Amino acid sequence: MDLDFSDEELEFQSEVQSFLHANLPKRLSDKVKARLRLTKQDHEEWHAILADRGWLATHWPPEWGGTGWSVAQRFIFDVECATAHAPEIIPFGLKMLGPVLIRYGTEEQKRHWLPRILDGTDWWCQGFSEPGAGSDLASLRCAAVREGDEYIVNGQKTWTTFGQHADVIFCLVRTDSSGKKQQGISFLLIDMKSPGVELRPIRLLDGEHEVNEIFFTDVRVPAANLVGEEDHGWTYAKYLLTLERTGIAGVGQAIAGFRALQEIVQDQRDGHQPLAQNPLFATRMARLEIDLENMKTTNLRALCAAGKGDGPVAESSMLKIRGTEIRQEITSLARRALGPYAQPFVSEALDEGFNNEPIGPGYAAPITADYLNNRKLSIYGGSNEIQREIIVKAILEL
Amino acid sequence: MDFSHPEDRQMLADTLGRYLADKYTFEDRARIAGSTQGWCREQWSSLAQLGIMGALFSEEAGGYCGGAFDIAVVFEQVGKTLAVEPLLGTLMAGHALEHAGNEHALIAEAIAGNAVLAFAFQEAASRYAPHLCDCAAKQAGEGWTITGAKAVTPQIEAADHIVVLARTASSPDAQGAAHSLFLVAADQAGVAINGYPMIDGGRGGELALNNANARLVGNRGDGLALAERAIAIGTLALSWEAIGVMDTIKVQTLEFLRTRTQFSVPIGKFQALQHRMATLALEIEQARSAAINAAAALEAERHTRERAVSAAKFTIGQVGTLVAEEAIQLHGGIGMTWELPLSHYAKRLLMIGHQLGDEDYHLERFMAFSAAETSVETQAGAPA
Repeated sequence: MDLDFSDEELEFQSEVQSFLHANLPKRLSDKVKARLRLTKQDHEEWHAILADRGWLATHWPPEWGGTGWSVAQRFIFDVECATAHAPEIIPFGLKMLGPVLIRYGTEEQKRHWLPRILDGTDWWCQGFSEPGAGSDLASLRCAAVREGDEYIVNGQKTWTTFGQHADVIFCLVRTDSSGKKQQGISFLLIDMKSPGVELRPIRLLDGEHEVNEIFFTDVRVPAANLVGEEDHGWTYAKYLLTLERTGIAGVGQAIAGFRALQEIVQDQRDGHQPLAQNPLFATRMARLEIDLENMKTTNLRALCAAGKGDGPVAESSMLKIRGTEIRQEITSLARRALGPYAQPFVSEALDEGFNNEPIGPGYAAPITADYLNNRKLSIYGGSNEIQREIIVKAILEL
Repeated sequence: MDFSHPEDRQMLADTLGRYLADKYTFEDRARIAGSTQGWCREQWSSLAQLGIMGALFSEEAGGYCGGAFDIAVVFEQVGKTLAVEPLLGTLMAGHALEHAGNEHALIAEAIAGNAVLAFAFQEAASRYAPHLCDCAAKQAGEGWTITGAKAVTPQIEAADHIVVLARTASSPDAQGAAHSLFLVAADQAGVAINGYPMIDGGRGGELALNNANARLVGNRGDGLALAERAIAIGTLALSWEAIGVMDTIKVQTLEFLRTRTQFSVPIGKFQALQHRMATLALEIEQARSAAINAAAALEAERHTRERAVSAAKFTIGQVGTLVAEEAIQLHGGIGMTWELPLSHYAKRLLMIGHQLGDEDYHLERFMAFSAAETSVETQAGAPA
């Protein structure tokens, strides 16, 4: 039992810190810290900087241009990036599709797609959910019919994050509906510029355009874009979803978010004292902090267990539940901390270069929108109720 | 970073686990826990022969382990079997003596199973806070005498020697010190113990000291610092005992959900119960992480150590209550019965919350340690 980082890991930590100090543009970290809107170019700029250093694909083996890092190194990197206010790495190509291709793709697919993820040629998005297939993902109906060396795709996907930026989408499609619903699902890569692909934005409760509906009408997809075997896509999807869950736990984000919250709570006044000294608020903060400290260790335990075995483990469902609860509580306390200033919302204040006098404290503008946006955490990536189902079946075996 | 135990510590855990499963069955435990002594001298000797008390102390003190995770694995096994033997008092008193640097002969006797120790610090009016101690020590010739009362000390009737926290000055001196630690022999005229059964098995007692002869442990004025350390070690032990209890409750409850049939299906098929069980499993893992954090911080500087210890006991208090109450509810009527072992595990878990500080006490203490260092001394019993 040894919770300390080794000398090598500590050395790695300072290497990451110096790298971030020297290479993370202040323009970007200022925007992230202030929770301003990031543009596609902002994300691409940061990806390119990481790619130059060889630190973009933290979940890939070195032979495909990944870092080949240990779980401890990945943890250190995530926490350092988050606390330095680096933009989050967009996960779809790097943390979701990449590992699936490395595990299940053909040599040709790996050689074609993986370098394009690293050099930013392709921005990926995820086509899993459908209007009728949310928590019951396996009931999806978007259909792909084989015709010669092509698939013809018809149907609809929804909740596609950053679909408006994407060049390519990885989709779960139905190739057979004769058997169990989990059978007959295939994993298909589709060019967003194909004729018959139509994208419609969905405006979320914070006013933002983050997710989309995507309609497929007689879209022709080369059969070479099938990942793995036809009708076996559910297996690959489950692997991908486990990776996604572990990422959503977001311990690095939570640590950074809690520090930012502490600053707000010190700054906000409660009569003649900082809000941090209000006993009721201080108690909420302390409970959250303890939960987060426990979560850090639970996270490391799960990562170590996963590192020893064959990839992610069912415990990732526990991490997803508690990690998202903690991150939601952080945004919830930030909203409470603002008091009446949680109400004003000047959307333009979230864009870079907005120079008007802020309403209330300078940090207030994005807080409520951020809280509202983060309600998604317990819904996406498999709702927290679905995670409990996974715990019940995979861990408790009820 | 590694979350597994080294081989020798795993062997210690396995050895104790096998012994208890074999020789300290639930029936044995029920008999001992409800007996007039409330513990068992034969079991105590066997545990000593197995080297269990030795595992709680360092080589310098005559033991062979004594690290935080050694204490953790021993008490985890204690929790799995609900053993009521006087290990906690022996651990806390022994570590206070070890840390003070004297009385090594007595620690050796405890390790050999020839002496049982108790640690008496709390008083009826002090609740869990050591600094509110009012017991008074007076210098008498070469030695000292103590007069006052100590409250709810576990297995104090079993103890041959009691480590007692007492006031040696009516107000704090320049260093803020007003308390010292003393060793009191149980078998003397000035010592009276009013013993009683505990609701979760075993016995406790009220200690009344009337000019009882006492030997100073460590230096005069070191009492609170020594007590704080002993309490941290005791809190760590209780946290791991709770982990053992909770793991057992989880196994028992899952078994019940799989086998109890209502509406023609095992009740574990009902989602209302499944999701509550999933939450329990998740909370138990968070509690285990908290206990790991506390063990990892035990040798750190005071601030880090006490913060982690209070975070752990807060978590254990909160999760323990949830697990105990939910396990009874998930069992339904049978969970209410004396006959079912589960009810005894639930009782023990709840009462761990009443030992060495409940969740509110430790949350307040965590907050005090998290606040600026300067304000720490004045709050929640945290001495300078």
